[in-house]
Amino acid sequence: MWDFLSQILQSLQLHHYNTRVVVSGVTVFGATAGVIGAFMLLRKRSLTGDALSHATLPGVCLAFMLSVQLGGTGKSLPVLLSGAMISGLSGLGVMLFLRHWTRLREDSILGIVLSVFFGLGVVLQGMAVNMKQGQAAGLSSFIYGRTASMLAADAWLIVVGALVASLICALLFKELTLLCFDQDFAGAQGWPVLFLDSLLMFLVAVVTVIGLQAVGLVLVVAMLITPAAAARFWTDRLAWMVWGSALIGAASGLVGALASAMVPRLPAGAVIVLIASAMFAISLVFGAKRGLIVRLLQRRHLHTSTSSQHILRALFELREHGDEAVPLESLVQKRSWTPRAVRHALARAVRAGYVRQAGDLWCLTEAGGVQAHRVVRNHRLWEIYLVSHADVATSRVDREADRIEHVLGEVMVARLEKKLGNELDGQRMPPSPHVINGHHP
Amino acid sequence: MIAEFANSWTAHDTWIITTGALAAVACSLLGCFLVLRKQSMMGDAISHAVLPGLAIAFIVTESRGSVVMFIGAAVVGVLTAVFTETVHRIGKVEQNASMGVVFTTLFALGLLLIENAAHHVDLDPGCVLYGALELVKLNSVSVLGMDIPQAALNCGAVTLLNALFVFVCFKELRIATFDPDLATTLGINAMALHYGLMTLVAVTVVACFEAVGSIMVIAMLVVPAATAQLWTKQLGTMLAVAVSLGCGCAVLGHLGAILLPRLVNQPATNTQGMMAVMSGVFLAVAVLLAPQQGIVSRIVRRITLSQRIAAEDILGMLYRLESPVTQGTIVTLPDMSSILRASGGVGSTGFRLALRKLTRDGKIVRAGAGCGLTDAGRAAAADIIRSHRLWEVYLSHHLGVPLHELHFAAEQLEHVTTPAMQQELANSATDSEARDPHGREIPKGR
Repeated sequence: MWDFLSQILQSLQLHHYNTRVVVSGVTVFGATAGVIGAFMLLRKRSLTGDALSHATLPGVCLAFMLSVQLGGTGKSLPVLLSGAMISGLSGLGVMLFLRHWTRLREDSILGIVLSVFFGLGVVLQGMAVNMKQGQAAGLSSFIYGRTASMLAADAWLIVVGALVASLICALLFKELTLLCFDQDFAGAQGWPVLFLDSLLMFLVAVVTVIGLQAVGLVLVVAMLITPAAAARFWTDRLAWMVWGSALIGAASGLVGALASAMVPRLPAGAVIVLIASAMFAISLVFGAKRGLIVRLLQRRHLHTSTSSQHILRALFELREHGDEAVPLESLVQKRSWTPRAVRHALARAVRAGYVRQAGDLWCLTEAGGVQAHRVVRNHRLWEIYLVSHADVATSRVDREADRIEHVLGEVMVARLEKKLGNELDGQRMPPSPHVINGHHP
Repeated sequence: MIAEFANSWTAHDTWIITTGALAAVACSLLGCFLVLRKQSMMGDAISHAVLPGLAIAFIVTESRGSVVMFIGAAVVGVLTAVFTETVHRIGKVEQNASMGVVFTTLFALGLLLIENAAHHVDLDPGCVLYGALELVKLNSVSVLGMDIPQAALNCGAVTLLNALFVFVCFKELRIATFDPDLATTLGINAMALHYGLMTLVAVTVVACFEAVGSIMVIAMLVVPAATAQLWTKQLGTMLAVAVSLGCGCAVLGHLGAILLPRLVNQPATNTQGMMAVMSGVFLAVAVLLAPQQGIVSRIVRRITLSQRIAAEDILGMLYRLESPVTQGTIVTLPDMSSILRASGGVGSTGFRLALRKLTRDGKIVRAGAGCGLTDAGRAAAADIIRSHRLWEVYLSHHLGVPLHELHFAAEQLEHVTTPAMQQELANSATDSEARDPHGREIPKGR
């Protein structure tokens, strides 16, 4: 037990040189993938990384075979990665070519590049295995990643690639933002859209290639998508999203690599991706801007305010016809709502001090009267506007006005009053243009 | 070499091609709908995501019994589609991104499970990705006295299933694919159809990739359908083309896997990879040669058009030179060429080609350093000039185009004016407009 704890402690303090290399390499990679991924997510090109990462395989195999032919061992990482880079870029070229010259859609193009290039890679791998010196074991580890065997030189490669990619992003931040949000505007402003687009894809290829070593070919795509998608739940601002995405990517890399160093038989690539996915799930639920809870609360808030406005209007309209205090039943009949909903809304209104209960009867308080007056006035202003300016039938106008009155701001109401000056004829409270519960106006 | 190859051909090779072709047909049938519904990447997502299904089925049953593994994988495959849709809907995440998150998570989970629980057995992720088509004969069953490989039977079954689905639901699928709103108003349950399709994709992926490997499944789900889309605009034809291409890929893929490595003195390589490559070759051919969409036919159309425009420009120029003012002026061919080029027309090669064609058609005759119109040529030229000047009248009177811009606009329009259009223009011009706004006479119509 003590051994285990001290082992964890050692890992955490990064005592082992190897752990230190792996952890820092993977963390840097995670951050970079997060940055590039944020742009790709907003470009709606999330799966491009998937196609590009698969497209690197033939290059890896060819580089392996060539280097074996020339007398090398075929396992030199820079050689394999250059091969990956070249074939990733050819995949990118084919993608751009198909997009420009055929009417194939984006998703088909991705599928084509992914499967044909990977198929070619599998064919070449089949041949590489047959070669005399072909201990092609180094090859298959590319597909699943071999994080644990990362060397200092590999980590440096990642750091250099990451620095280049981040630097380009930082320098072209404004241009890339424009590209993500309004490509046509960017084109009209004279920005080289095709160049920027290709540059972004080139950065994806760079991230893919440095990630092959860190998490493996298939899971590279996760690091390009998941942190960015998770960060999107927290903010509406691009700069914050890029930082957040980088942070989430880095954290996944850090925690995943540490966990895999501490616990035996935990493949680092898979753990890193699963941690990123967990962060995605947490963000999905708790995200501050678009998270599930926030959106549910917003909806609930709207629902509550709507129903309390409804109850005030119902009481006001009944009072207009002489019923100061009304029983629950007549309120229920006012709208298509359940007695339970009415009781809830009444209870809330009582708490707010708008409604008073006297025995079985309910009536508006003074404050409630003022509030209800405002609500009903908004409703009727909008109704009159719809009838006189939008040609909505009087029999339908109640329902139409119901939809909009709750979101009318003060400025809007003032403008309505100005516009409807003639129809209002100086009245504080205009009569309803339609029949209310059998009472004619 | 061919004799040697023919001798080495065995029933085994025939079974490989048969199995591959069945799998390709099953995939390309569904692929057409995936491609048209912009869900091409679903095959990729599902084939990666089934890994945990395989692992869990194995852990639970502790055997590689194919039925349980099949069910486990198919269930996870369908769940991939469900999760993708759920994350997309409740999280408002873009569809591609949600697919990416879901399938990579499942794949990572699968790797983890295999590494931890099933590491001591032969459940190699590589086997899932690459399949073992070369080993197709190892596991065969006897049907009606024939030794049929299990894999061929499986692929045949899903092929039948998919063909039946496409045949029975053809009308609904077509409407839901091209016009989802119309489908909903017609009472077609688009949701049920979507998940039905996804279930079949999952079943197909799982049934086929044991035999042929997921990379070929992904390729066959997308590439033949996309290729067929370049050849035709008819859904029925597209299905037929895609299915034939799928079969073609299977045959050529196996032949290629045996023959191509011999060129560099290597033994045969991976058949299913080669099948995917062959589908790419078919696609490349279609991109180049497809009748409407192909690059070659588009370039040929463009050259033909520019040749016609060059010829018409030459005729127009010669006609104008015959006017009383300039009559007798000899314009040499190089001068004509440079004038045409300056006005945005063709280059010198295009000019020479157009000149040769006009001479061959008997519209112009070479005379010394220049050339002149024949009677036939003069009639054709008059027609073009008539279109040109009628357009000038129309543009000036009806659209108020200023005088100095008229010529350039009419120069564009004269090449696309049909006889009927010319008649309409003539009708809209009054009698007093027998001359164009520059005061030149409009030639009479034929």
